[in-house]
Amino acid sequence: MRGIWLYGVTPPLPRMPATEGVAGEPVYPVESSGLTAIVGSVPLAEFAEEALRRKLDDMASLEAIVRAHHGVVDALARLSVVLPARLGTLYRDDEAVSAMLAQRAPALSTALRRVTGRAELGVKAYARPRDPGAAENAAGNAEGNPAGGEDTPGMAYLRRRRAQLTAAEEAQRKALADADCVHAALSRAAVAARRHRPQDPRLAGKRERMVLNGAYLVDRRDLTRFADTVGHLTGRYRDLELELTGPWPPYSFTVEEAG
Amino acid sequence: MTSPQARPDQQIALVDLLDRVLATGVVVTGDVTISIADVDLIYLSLQALLSSVRPGGPAPASAARGQSS
Repeated sequence: MRGIWLYGVTPPLPRMPATEGVAGEPVYPVESSGLTAIVGSVPLAEFAEEALRRKLDDMASLEAIVRAHHGVVDALARLSVVLPARLGTLYRDDEAVSAMLAQRAPALSTALRRVTGRAELGVKAYARPRDPGAAENAAGNAEGNPAGGEDTPGMAYLRRRRAQLTAAEEAQRKALADADCVHAALSRAAVAARRHRPQDPRLAGKRERMVLNGAYLVDRRDLTRFADTVGHLTGRYRDLELELTGPWPPYSFTVEEAG
Repeated sequence: MTSPQARPDQQIALVDLLDRVLATGVVVTGDVTISIADVDLIYLSLQALLSSVRPGGPAPASAARGQSS
């Protein structure tokens, strides 16, 4: 039994990308209503829901599938313009793919027009580890008993500790507020913007806490200008570390956001 | 594709890819479609995997709790 794995939807293409799919299969077009679905035929024993879920639980096969899916989507983005499909969208046969295209044609065409000539850039912001001196200063300022009495060593310690915690909370709040400002500024430099959930620091391979995981849809001719904006914001928000990724196929801008 | 970055040789981070291929992308639903909806589940298993391959890492359960606070 085989299923049809969807990579993305494009306008009619002059040729297929040479990139192989998630099962090492060649990809081919299914056309309907002036749209093209780029698909591959994969064995259901390996890629149907339960089997796929098991594969995605395994680091090595997860990475292989994700990179293969992205490989095709990225090749399509380079060739033309693509609405990437979410990983794991499977159909019974080509007719089902064709029916989906016909049924969703108006929405898909609108979405395709929206991303044409544009690319997605990612900007992640991390809260820089605080200068230990700042915490000491905060603690120092809180030194002394406001009641004017003698501090026991225990009380002094507690007072200092509380001041350190307050300073840490304050830094955390400031990082989040700065991240909102950065996102707002980047949104103004983009056609559309959205925020992904911040990544787990261990998955991101960072010690610092991620405070912004943004995606921005940018006109191709403005890509460099957008990167300059990121550079400018890096200089302005010193407590944040900004990281630019992309250009990506427009993964984050294929769904019309409701509200 | 022209890149504003000067790091074309660098491999894309898996976690950045996961953000995009799992949590976004055009969702074409219908009775013929099987789709991975449970993104949290995949992220959680990935966390468990990572902490199991990194010696000295915290237990997955406590790490997950720490993240959500």
